[in-house]
Amino acid sequence: MDFSVLLSDVPTLLIVIVGVPAVLGAYIVGGEYLVRLLPDKSRPAVRPWIWVGPALVIVGVFLVYPVVGTAWRSLFDTSGDNFVGLSNYANQLAGFPNGNAWIALRNNIYWLVLFTLVVLFFGLLFAVLTDRVPYESPVKSLIFMPMAISFVALSVIWLFMYSYQQPGDPQTGTMNAILQVFHHDPVTWVEDANIATLALIAAGIWGFVGFAMVILSAALKGIPGDLLEAARVDGAGEMTIFRRVIFPLMMPTIVVVGTTLVIFALKAFDIVYVMTGGNFDSDVLANRMYKLAFVAFEPGLSSAVAIILVAAVVPVLIFNLRQFRAVEARR
Amino acid sequence: MSSVTYDHVVKRYTSDLTVVKDFNVEIKDKEFMVLVGPSGCGKSTALRMLAGLESISEGQIRIGDRVVNDVAAKDRDIAMVFQSYALYPHMSVYDNMAFPLQMQHMKKPDIDQRVKNASRILGLDNFLARKPRALSGGQRQRVALGRAIVRNPKVFLLDEPLSNLDAKLRGQTRIELQKLHRDLETTFIYVTHDQVEAMTMGDRIAIMNAGILQQVGTPGEIYDHPANLFVAGFIGSPTMNFVPATVENGSAKASGFSVKLPKSISATKGTLGFRPEAVTDRVTDEANSMQMKVDVVERLGSDQFLYGKVGGDAVTARVDPRMKVDPGDTVKLGLDTRTLHFFDAETELALI
Amino acid sequence: MTIASERIAVPAAERRFSPDWLGQVFSKGLLHVVVIGITLMWIVPTLGLLVSSFRSPSDIASSGWWTALSPPFKFTLDNYTGVLNTSNLGTSFFNSFMITIPATVIPVSIAAFAAYAFSWMKFWGRDFFFLALVGLLAVPLQATFIPILSLFVKFGLTPENVGFLGLWLAHTGYGLPFAIYLLANFFRSLPTDLFESAEIDGAGTLTVFFRIVLPLSVPAIASLVIFQFLWIWNDYLVALIYVGGTADFAPLTVTIANLVNSNGQGWELLTAAAFFSMIVPLIVFFSLQRFFVRGILAGSVKG
Repeated sequence: MDFSVLLSDVPTLLIVIVGVPAVLGAYIVGGEYLVRLLPDKSRPAVRPWIWVGPALVIVGVFLVYPVVGTAWRSLFDTSGDNFVGLSNYANQLAGFPNGNAWIALRNNIYWLVLFTLVVLFFGLLFAVLTDRVPYESPVKSLIFMPMAISFVALSVIWLFMYSYQQPGDPQTGTMNAILQVFHHDPVTWVEDANIATLALIAAGIWGFVGFAMVILSAALKGIPGDLLEAARVDGAGEMTIFRRVIFPLMMPTIVVVGTTLVIFALKAFDIVYVMTGGNFDSDVLANRMYKLAFVAFEPGLSSAVAIILVAAVVPVLIFNLRQFRAVEARR
Repeated sequence: MSSVTYDHVVKRYTSDLTVVKDFNVEIKDKEFMVLVGPSGCGKSTALRMLAGLESISEGQIRIGDRVVNDVAAKDRDIAMVFQSYALYPHMSVYDNMAFPLQMQHMKKPDIDQRVKNASRILGLDNFLARKPRALSGGQRQRVALGRAIVRNPKVFLLDEPLSNLDAKLRGQTRIELQKLHRDLETTFIYVTHDQVEAMTMGDRIAIMNAGILQQVGTPGEIYDHPANLFVAGFIGSPTMNFVPATVENGSAKASGFSVKLPKSISATKGTLGFRPEAVTDRVTDEANSMQMKVDVVERLGSDQFLYGKVGGDAVTARVDPRMKVDPGDTVKLGLDTRTLHFFDAETELALI
Repeated sequence: MTIASERIAVPAAERRFSPDWLGQVFSKGLLHVVVIGITLMWIVPTLGLLVSSFRSPSDIASSGWWTALSPPFKFTLDNYTGVLNTSNLGTSFFNSFMITIPATVIPVSIAAFAAYAFSWMKFWGRDFFFLALVGLLAVPLQATFIPILSLFVKFGLTPENVGFLGLWLAHTGYGLPFAIYLLANFFRSLPTDLFESAEIDGAGTLTVFFRIVLPLSVPAIASLVIFQFLWIWNDYLVALIYVGGTADFAPLTVTIANLVNSNGQGWELLTAAAFFSMIVPLIVFFSLQRFFVRGILAGSVKG
């Protein structure tokens, strides 16, 4: 390892850590000084803009401008010179049901449905189960841990799980070893067009159940104990209490978690890109967008796919935010 | 001089929502004035307009001779104690009290002197280093008072400061606040919804309802001579008895009894009002007696209250604690007409 | 508070080996078996990789990782030393810090000022801008790359010229909506009378922000910093786009992903590399869990 790198980098880091807040602070203080030069009445109208200015500018440059730019770009051909209207979109959405974009779309829907529902199911199940054991805390930490690592590391872990050796050779991948126990031949999990997408979704599920579990667990604990005791005194059994008291009260949180998962499923990239590169019919829209832009050098088509993604995510996000506000209001 | 004058003050949020309507009151220097009324009557809004936390839609507010409509809160020379105390959680008691003085750029030794002074008056000397979360409710309230005292303001504003304390502490603190007021010799303006606090603490009381000032006067005046039906029913516990009645030949006739009115009035119908202590087991004049069918008997040791019906009307009577009565009995009660009230049917103003 | 079913006064269960008692023990026992079983299942994938990272290449290719858990124990550190020496991993490790720390500090600072204005100042268009800002959380980052890349090239903000500056700014832009949303929510939850009291006390805007709001917001800011730190440390796509092409500037995630793509067989290096990239997040996670989870709870909005 080259330690000279360290020496030159640390000063830069320190400058940034101290310098950036200091410069911003100076900017705000300086701005306040200028504002005080104004008459009393105009101060409250001018001051806020100094405070939100940097944020609005940066967000404008890095989020608003590019999205508008991409939307605009999607209406032009590869060279960028000729206006082609919506033909890029038509091109991508054509060839139903076997066209490439449709496979990606289909996979996104698999992700959307399977990933979300399975994660929610296990998240809820684990939240309920761990609530009843004294060693709840370490268990939750361990199940949650996959959220802390990068998706790349996650992909490596699962590529290894899906490792394949010829039938007859000792298996090195955990999944194939399990198959062996059931006297089944080993399977090329991530290289088989029939199951590659499912294998990827399974890896994703492993990563996210902890997330769902933690949030649902917090919601579970937020249910007043009095309600459950009253139900028990009324003679309800545990399953009934779950079905008719706990589950309905948790519904808003379940919806928030669910929609967050859906948004992730729509934007999923890392896992697919690293594990299969989108091959073996496991492609997803985000991956497709990347390939069109940086491998096929088709910015027009790539932009169209990106905008399709935006259009898919926005309604879900709006719904998510509304539910989130409702949950917060209840607290 | 720190008198406070509200001169035709109005607070309007939108064209349909007027929260304070034509509020006129003059608070004398060094007076303890209580603004009292039910929730939503506008008393807090009136206080906040004086503090500078709400803008004034119409009218003028003066502190002394100075019009403060456009003066910033910090320049009005007032101090406010909030209902929830509003202590800075991350600062010690000392720092909480020193903060307003630091804002005035006062010198350290002067700040220290004022803080220590206030702390001594309020008994906070042992708590100066603590943070608010390590204090009890009563102690926190004293810190809030201390923060106000150090400013040596012209007027103290207190917004329901006792409502977060438990009953026993509330009683104690009431007494302490009155002593504080005497010692500091400064104008206190105190907002509450509790009529007991109003009656016991105020030099004068201003009663509000639905944004309109109902009556201003000393506790005695308000109790003995309520200006209208609302004031009569708001002040006094148990509540004054209200019985619909018609007036004929100088007598008021209710459904279960009639009584001779002490003076003549022009109205023909309205509401008869008399406090429970005016209805007793002593019948001095047969003409002013009534029969009550008793529903509930409340024995408090020093008092006994009977709740029941006279004719068709509900009435509360305060009788001798040793009187033997049971629910279901019918008793004869006498009405003392010296403290009788009569309220006009339409205007609800007190005619007697 | 648990919702474990407690029978209300059932004396029969207190008699050992009664049907009720057995039923309870059985279901309780089953519960523990299930929970522990699930936990073990969840650890297996990570454990498999961890164990393999200590095995020689020939061992990894010829037998399952679980066989290494029984004698003879053949463990080696070769993979770790190998990966640190032969690949770019050391540089990538520092690069990850060089990217993550500024890309955390900058957005958090800018967000704090903006969030305060959104929470406690009134200005024209405030609600509209806030809603738009939060709405931008929906934008899939993929939709921003091409225009920004062209912008960077046009203004010379390439890795060769300015190092990581472009990436810092991009991460700032991407991270601001969430950061502002989180902090604004927290600032708004501060009691109003605290600000009114400060107003009466004569505190100006700057004093209120620096002496009252910031000290009280330390938990929220800590959560944001940790959440943002891990998010960027683990980021792959954004780094890939903006600095991925240049080997000297690649962070851990990019370097390891490249190893995956290039190593048809070389599992041994990959396992060690993957774990190497997990050290920092795992340390941060396990020691500062409380803050991280709080960030997650508030950030269940972040797609």
